[in-house]
Amino acid sequence: MAAPRSTTGSTPTGGAPDSPGPAGTPATRRAVVVGGNRIPFARAGGAYTRATNLDMLTAALDGLVARFGLADERIGEVAAGAVLKHSRDFNLTREAVLGSALSPETPAYDLQQACATGLETVVGLSNKIRLGQIDSAVAGGVDSASDAPIVVSDPLRAVILDINRARTTGQKLKHITRIRPGHFTPSAPDTAEPRTGLSMGEHQALTTAAFAITREAQDELALASHHNLAAAYEAGFFDDLMTPYRGLTRDANLRADTSMEKLASLKPVFGKRLGAPATMTAGNSTPLTDGASTVLLASDDWAEQRGLRPLATVVDAEAGAVDFVHGRDGLLMAGVHAMPRLLARNGLTLQDFDFYEIHEAFAGTVLCNLAAWESEEYCRERLGLDRALGSIDRAKLNVHGSSLAAGHPFAATGGRIVASLAKALAAKGSGRGLISVCAAGGQGVVAILEAA
Amino acid sequence: MTDTYLNLVNSGFTKKLAKQLGLPRPAVLRRHSPGAPLVPGPVLVLADAASGKDADALAATLLDWDLDVRRHGGDDRYGAVVVVLTEVGAPAELGAPMLELGGVLRSLAPGGRVVTVSRAPSDAAPAVAAARQGVDGMLRSLAKELRAGATGNGIVLDDGVGVDAPSAVGALRFLLSGRSAFVDGQLVHVGSTGGAVPADWDRPLDGTVAVVTGAARGIGAAIARTLSRDGATVVVVDVPGAGDALAKVANEVRGTALQLDVTADDAAQRLLEHVSARYGRLDVVVHNAGILRDKLLVNMRPERWDPVLAVNVTAPLRITEALLASGTLGPAPRVIGLASTSGIAGNRGQTNYGASKAGVIGMVRASATALASAGGTINAVAPGFIETDMTARIPFATREVARRLNSLQQGGQPIDVAETIAFLASPQAGGINGQVVRVCGQNMVGA
Repeated sequence: MAAPRSTTGSTPTGGAPDSPGPAGTPATRRAVVVGGNRIPFARAGGAYTRATNLDMLTAALDGLVARFGLADERIGEVAAGAVLKHSRDFNLTREAVLGSALSPETPAYDLQQACATGLETVVGLSNKIRLGQIDSAVAGGVDSASDAPIVVSDPLRAVILDINRARTTGQKLKHITRIRPGHFTPSAPDTAEPRTGLSMGEHQALTTAAFAITREAQDELALASHHNLAAAYEAGFFDDLMTPYRGLTRDANLRADTSMEKLASLKPVFGKRLGAPATMTAGNSTPLTDGASTVLLASDDWAEQRGLRPLATVVDAEAGAVDFVHGRDGLLMAGVHAMPRLLARNGLTLQDFDFYEIHEAFAGTVLCNLAAWESEEYCRERLGLDRALGSIDRAKLNVHGSSLAAGHPFAATGGRIVASLAKALAAKGSGRGLISVCAAGGQGVVAILEAA
Repeated sequence: MTDTYLNLVNSGFTKKLAKQLGLPRPAVLRRHSPGAPLVPGPVLVLADAASGKDADALAATLLDWDLDVRRHGGDDRYGAVVVVLTEVGAPAELGAPMLELGGVLRSLAPGGRVVTVSRAPSDAAPAVAAARQGVDGMLRSLAKELRAGATGNGIVLDDGVGVDAPSAVGALRFLLSGRSAFVDGQLVHVGSTGGAVPADWDRPLDGTVAVVTGAARGIGAAIARTLSRDGATVVVVDVPGAGDALAKVANEVRGTALQLDVTADDAAQRLLEHVSARYGRLDVVVHNAGILRDKLLVNMRPERWDPVLAVNVTAPLRITEALLASGTLGPAPRVIGLASTSGIAGNRGQTNYGASKAGVIGMVRASATALASAGGTINAVAPGFIETDMTARIPFATREVARRLNSLQQGGQPIDVAETIAFLASPQAGGINGQVVRVCGQNMVGA
């Protein structure tokens, strides 16, 4: 989706609200990131095994409330979501609000766009703030791979529903006799794409092979992710971005002492039947993770009234999707396609950024994205551009670590990235940051943040 | 943690049994609850022959608080006895009022109070000084005789400070109330007429902003709750690793949480940034963050010595200095340090802790002048045995001995320390500066 900045292609600027547009075009103002809070991410089956999505989202929300003194405040709107969601959690975010220290008069809604859920809540709420519909918002996301919903098989479900509809005991008994032992095999969610039956890892393996990304390049990216995240912790970078939870004070997946040798010793887990050498390991792929994140968004006025310093402006965003079903593009390449549209609308080039946050679903995903933008052929043929978008300065990429080190609780990743990037921009005092998050279903969302 | 023995001797069959066996029976202390009477019965005001005028003035103050005030002992069950000895001129003059007090002690209600009001002996003529100092020994001895949760404390006024001074009145109210439940055998020194009587005694901290370090749990969390109850907006600070407990306290008191290691080089700067950006002012700072790393000195290592000094005394020193230099402090700032009876009497295995806590006492005494120039005060509270997660880890036998070794025969609760801190933070304590107030139930060690 595109941001409602419809009239011009000029670079949005910070500062005062934009002047009123032509009749029928609402005047817009800035939406700023005030801060964030997340709980440390845990590996599935780890510290948060017994925590539900509701528990974790509420904890992340309460930490945010405490940091910014929002107890009893009515926030304009809270939006969050989960990818692996129980049917009982149809109102997950509103329930988390009710369980939190926020005013119970704070409205909330759930959103789901696979792994882009968290980023999309930031985009949607920012747009509401820019339009003046709300003055403050909390965006967020949560996922538990440990407490994943398990559903009964479709045949058993059909029988149960028939029993439920039956009016007499006789009818009920008749339906009960239809139940067979095989019906009791439960179906747990997995990461397989419904239209291809391939797991996300196998899909990425296809793309990784197509771009001929080496094992070494992937391990190097994973190593940098761990080292950058460890360094960020050492520097106290997360002291005002994180609140400990259930005994965890750091992301459990972080291996500060990992090395190229250790990463090289891991056996490939994806792409073992492709003909090309299998390069994707548990070290350069993200593990299943539990966690939650939140981001506080506001108008400048709302922040100022509370003595809160805006960290960054949410400038613009663009969603993309690719036809991975017929193999035209890789499953996780949608961000590649959305990017030129976002850059053009904002009059920017791929090199006009001080920080790049490309979600590390797999090391191969990041490297394929970069390779595609560097490829004249790909940019001309697949993106319809005159020339390649070019390369980026790798020293500006995922400077505080990313999903390979922190882990990736699907819907929580967007909030993690936005809060960290906003803080990095505020610390620098100027500049822009670019975000790209890929998602299941061949989708992706890209966004621009600017120092406030 | 729960004091099972105290519960047993105060309820049901075991209460009867303990009585028959003559076992020590620590009382359930009378603590402050909003709306409850200030004292559990009429207040008797006694005085020596020369102090009648001051006694009249204090009686008038008590009447203003709608208390039932008596000037002569009778058959009542008194909630408190106030003994005014401000003009006593020789030791022999103590006899009459003290014997009169002795005559009514049997009718002191459970949780009752004896409060002496006297003057500091310094610079007085020898006979006057002897009488004034005599109050000190008398009061400390009396406190050890009181039973059923009653306490005895004194207010010591400097010459030139009237009994109507805000802090004389404020200290009297504090010592009469349930807020001073675990303060026993102590003399609170009022050195000036500074401070102000609050508009609302229940919310003396209205409109102020307070910072409490080490606020994630135990005494720190209780301090945050108590300051908030008294009207302050509270910023709670603790190390990032304690952030989850800290967030709960922050949300409970409708304050903000700041995850910060007070020993960090930029701790004072980050604290000031947070407070000035969010609230634009700072009125109360409670240096509560503290750690223990007990070891006999013979086995002491730098990793056990250094952090204790760094957290307990170096951080308060640095932060106080930065606050004074910042210009962020409000018009009547209050700084409160946490000392300990270990810093007064010493404790085996605590050379590091003792050094740090005695260091806090040195800090507040030496900083009093600077705070006074800024219109404020700096004081310390010295807790004795307090029932916290920290003391719950002491081995059973040692813990039982430690918690009984005071006049109230029990450990204090975190709220008891918090109440004294809230008093020192209040406008009515503005005449109390550079002092150490013990909250120890009159611990037998350390005088």
